[in-house]
Formats: sequence, structure tokens, C-alpha cells
Amino acid sequence: MSDVAQALVKEGYKYGFITEIDEDRAPAGLNENVIRFISTKKGEPQWLLEWRLGAFRRWQRMQEPKWANVHFAPIDYQAASYYSAPKQKATPKSIDEVDPELLKTYAKLGIPLHERAALAGVAVDAVFDSVSVATTFKDKLGELGIIFCSFGEAVREYGDLVRQYLGSVVPQGDNFYAALNSAVFSDGSFVYVPPGVRCPMELSTYFRINAAKTGQFERTLVIADRGAYVSYLEGCTAPQRDENQLHAAVVELVALEDAQIKYSTVQNWYPGDAEGKGGIYNFVTKRGACRGARSKISWTQVETGSAITWKYPGCILEGDDTVGEFYSVAVTNNHQQADTGTKMIHLGRNTRSTVISKGISAGKGQNTYRGLVRVQPNAANARNYTQCDSLLIGQKCGAHTVPYIEVRNPMARVEHEATTSKISEEQMFYCRSRGLSQEDALSLIVNGFCKEVLKELPMEFAVEAQKLLSVSLEGSVG
Amino acid sequence: MLEIKNLHASVEGGREILNGVSLKVKAGEVHAIMGPNGSGKSTLAGILAGRDGYDIASGAVTYDGQDLLTMPPEERARAGIFLAFQYPVEIPGVNNMYFLRVALNAIRRAKSEPELDAGQFLKSVRAKLKLLEIEDDLLQRGVNVGFSGGEKKRNEIFQMAMLEPRLAILDETDSGLDIDALRIVANGINRLRAPDRAIVMITHYQRLLDYVVPDFVHVLSEGRIVRSGDRSLAGELEKTGYAGVGS
Repeated sequence: MSDVAQALVKEGYKYGFITEIDEDRAPAGLNENVIRFISTKKGEPQWLLEWRLGAFRRWQRMQEPKWANVHFAPIDYQAASYYSAPKQKATPKSIDEVDPELLKTYAKLGIPLHERAALAGVAVDAVFDSVSVATTFKDKLGELGIIFCSFGEAVREYGDLVRQYLGSVVPQGDNFYAALNSAVFSDGSFVYVPPGVRCPMELSTYFRINAAKTGQFERTLVIADRGAYVSYLEGCTAPQRDENQLHAAVVELVALEDAQIKYSTVQNWYPGDAEGKGGIYNFVTKRGACRGARSKISWTQVETGSAITWKYPGCILEGDDTVGEFYSVAVTNNHQQADTGTKMIHLGRNTRSTVISKGISAGKGQNTYRGLVRVQPNAANARNYTQCDSLLIGQKCGAHTVPYIEVRNPMARVEHEATTSKISEEQMFYCRSRGLSQEDALSLIVNGFCKEVLKELPMEFAVEAQKLLSVSLEGSVG
Repeated sequence: MLEIKNLHASVEGGREILNGVSLKVKAGEVHAIMGPNGSGKSTLAGILAGRDGYDIASGAVTYDGQDLLTMPPEERARAGIFLAFQYPVEIPGVNNMYFLRVALNAIRRAKSEPELDAGQFLKSVRAKLKLLEIEDDLLQRGVNVGFSGGEKKRNEIFQMAMLEPRLAILDETDSGLDIDALRIVANGINRLRAPDRAIVMITHYQRLLDYVVPDFVHVLSEGRIVRSGDRSLAGELEKTGYAGVGS
């Protein structure tokens, strides 16, 4: 590990390059015409256009949330462009028709899109700015009846499924950013796993913001039908740019009876430079519904990038005996700010939820855990266990824990544990006196601190996440 | 191998603790440094390994002719210096075996030796366990997490065996051990004695010296070595106490 970690520590944010490619983009600004433009570009049916316009009208009446512990200059929503796509002659039918510049971009990111070169056991949907450019292993998955495609394609090919579930977990008016996304969402991934099918490979979406002065507003919908199982991962990067860019995604998960969804995120959007200039505003709404009895949804996130992170992946435990899990590592270094946590809403009987959150603050980073556990009157025997640990590196960072616990059933059992510790000099000295460099010692201690979360990630991504942690904490000791 | 010349040092911003320590250690030798509480034993160990928080007022320490005091702790480790901690540190979530492999490979890299893969490493671990006649029950646990006092000390000696230092400094390795644990640890140290390796044992009690017989014994008192001799000095101390061995 240490070789790689060491190399990475020196190399900083290595995904900051820009791909030179002709783009097809909407003029700056946001109004009903822009929404019609997006919908037309994507060849959408009338119902979806109406849905978008409905969301837009709601959004216009809404205010940005102010309760999060993050601070930033006001965003001018009229200054950005809401649609940017690399110019392609037509929708590529196979990988060989994809613009070689794009393939090169993904290869540089370590995501080969040619199936023969792809990671064994991982199917990838690659989203570049507003569109999906390629999805691998579609045929193989198709044999099992699994649908894995871009959101745009799902709207065209599986309109009924999309219509049935879109907005059913995160309603249009859920919050300011979700409403904005519902109005202008571009592309994203769609997954449907039919009853009783266990998806044999990891499904993965790789999001890349490339164009300047645009936002990315992807929409992801994952449906696991009765008794199905799927593990889904997403990774994200963006070029290094001086202005802030907005990323406001919505992810909805639906698990029917006995289904299981495991959703993992390795978020590495550009965090801004050491002085806090630039970086992505990552304002994301993610929620899963355990709709059928005995279903289970598990969120794992490693959040190392973005200037500001605002996200609370949650579970609505509707069915009886359902299980919700949230495992999180959030790192803030330099001027990064994160306000992240989860919402566990217990509606059914015997519902259980587990929350393990590890916050790491370094530099001038501010890290807030904000979590809601709500037990409704019908949720007899609901149980929650929450553990929030914060690790501080240096003197100028901050860690904050804000739990909200609302229990309306007397049979519920809710536990909350929280710790805050500083990385100890004695631990560092112990490692160094065994020959580890300062950077390797820090990386080792931090990875140990995060172990309970990292072990939830699929193998390939756990390694990636470990490296990322080292890079993100670059320059925070010594 | 190691030469300490008239070393004066204090805890940062505090009073002087070492008050002119001089000592020469050659390869193959085992030295015991004994002394009462507060005599500066652990400060000396900390300074040799590169612990932060000390001010060196004057004096010099050389290791193989190099100025030791300017080297960061990891460089000292890579140059073959090992400190067995009096209070080994817990690192939660880090597997003991993994930790040891990372450490060993860091040192091997520094010596331009090829790194060991998991298989080779495991083989080496087994061999050392056999040599030290110790159990492998600690290997899959977090580094020192939930270890008893005896287990922690045993683990330090095991690390020493794996890292094969040229100069090992054992800081109160016998403290807090019951007689069985002491025997295991002492047995381990004896097996690690070698012609090209020097060992400096820092101890409060002479009982460790019944098991690990030193070539030289030094008495540290008020920050200075007040007497040096062979192992019989330890016996004398046992009878008279430190008070009787003044300058």
C-alpha cells in the first residue's frame, strides 16, 4: 500500500484535466424554454415534460435551505447552463462508435469502457456532463432480465417503469435541490432487477463533469423487484476549475419484498485548491424505500471531494422487518465543508437501522454529521444503533455532531454513541519508529479509523477508497 | 555503533533531565541501564528513537558515525534502530500482521531489498514465532488493541524479531510482567542476541537481568551515568538499593 499511497500523496488531485471536445449546450439561464429544450433534446414523452415543468414551478417558489452548517456565496442559478453534451453524430450503438476522445478520457480516469479491458465483474455506465456515453455488459445482464442503461434510454424503452417509480421516493418538492434536479435532470443510470434475480456483477456509474459553467443534475433510479439483489456503485470526478460548479443529483432506490440493494459511492469531485478557490458544490438527495417486507437497503459512502457536501442518504423503512444501513466516511481538508449524515424513517414493525459515521477533519475543514432517526407510532420494536466518530488532524479544523431523534413508539430502542478524538502524536511516533513515513503513518491510522465503513465497500473500490483517503489528507501533517 | 557524548537534554520548556550522559555501545554487546524513577531512563530512550518534545542543550549522539539527532524517527528505524515501547500504542482498525508487513517493507525498501509479498511474509512470521517460542494469537488483532500488558510486551519483542534491528532499545520491557510472561519475553530477547546486534535494556529492576545477562551495567541517577560495571553491579544494587550507589 505504502508505495502507492506515497506516490498519490505527492500527486494531489489527478483528475483535474479537461477534455477538449465539441459540446452541444443550452444557453445559460433557467426558464421553461430551457426545460423544453432539454426535454426535446432527449426526445422525451409529453408526460415527462409536464413532470419537469411541474417541478420547475414548485422550485420557483422554494428557498435554498439555510440550516446546514456550510457557508458559501449565493449561487446565481441563471448564470449556469443546464445542458451540455459532447457532440456525437447519433446515439452510439456500440462502444466502437463512441468518440475516441471520450474513451481516452475514461481510460485516463482508470475506467476502461471496452468490455474486453473492463474490470471483471463490474458493468459500467459512463455519464459525461449531461449524457450517458456508454454502458458496458448490457447484453450479458439482459439475459437475466436485468435492465442497466442510461436514464434517457430507460425513458424511451421502459417508460412505464420509469413513470411508475420516478419521484416515488424523493417527491419533486422534497427540497430545493431535488426540485431543481426534477426540473432539469440530464442523464443518470437506471437499474431494474426482476423478481428473484441476484445481479451477478457490480453495477457502476461513473460521473464526470467536464464542461465549464455547467452543472450536473443526474438522476438515478434503482428498482429491486421481489427477492432481487443488486450492488451498485458510483464514482465521480471533475476537472480543476477556478469557479464553483453545482452538482445536484437525485437518487431513488426501491426495494420490494425480500429485495436487497447495496449502494456505494466514492465521491471525489474536485475539492477546490488549498486556498478554497473553486470546487464542486455537491448538493445531493439520495433516498431508498424499503417498500416490501424484509427488504434491505444499505448505503456506503466515501466522501473525499467537493468544496461543499450536503447529502443525507436515507432509508424509509415502510415494510415490516426491513433493514436500513448507512456507513459513511467524510473527509474535509483545506477549506472543504461537509454537512452529511442520514435519515432513517421507521414506519413498519420490527424495522432496524444501523448508522456508522466517520468524519475526518484536517486543515481548515469543517465536518458536520447530521442524522435523523424517526420512529413512527406503528413501528413497534423498531431499533436503531448510531455511532458517530470524529477524528481531528491539526488545530484549525472542526467536527460537529447533530443528531435528531424522534421516537413516537414506546417499544422502540434507539442508541446513539459519539466520540471525538485527535490523531495522537504517540500513534504517529509509534508508526514512524517502525519505519513508516509521516504520510504512510497518517494514512494507516486514518484507514484503521475508517475500517468499519471501508469493509462494506466492494473489494476493488475499497482499495480505491483507501488511496483516496491518503490523497485527500495530503499536507495535513508535518 | 552508538556513541553518546555528554548529552544534556530537557523536556521542551521544562527542567533538565539528562545532565551529561556519555555511553559507548559496540555491536554484539548487551547493556543494561538501571536507575530509579525520574532518573532520565525513558527520556534517553525517547531521544535515541527520535521522539518529539525534547530540547537538546548540548552533546552529540552518533550512530555508525552519523549524527543521529538530526534524523527523523523513520530514518532511524530504517537505519536499524528499534525502540520497544514501555507503553505500546493502540492503533484501532489496523491489523497487527498488516502493520508489521508495512513496517518491514518500509525498512526493506530503504535497504534496497525486495519487498515481501503476503506469502513470503507469512513464512517469515512463522519462522520467527518458532524461534521465539511464542503463540500467534495476537497476529490477527488490531495493533495492541485490547492486549494485556504481557501481550503488548511480547508483541514488541516479536516486532523486534521481524524487523531485525542492529540496535534495539528496550524501554522497561519487563515492567508489569508476571513471572511467566517475563520468562517468555526474556527468552525472546536472548534468542535475538547476535554478534552484529547491540541491545540496550532500560530497566528499573534487576530481575530481568537474571534472565538476560548483560555485558555491561550502568546506573543512571539524576541524569548522569554515575557507575558502570559488569553484571555484578546489578547484584550490588539489589542489596544496597540505588541510594547506596551514588557518585
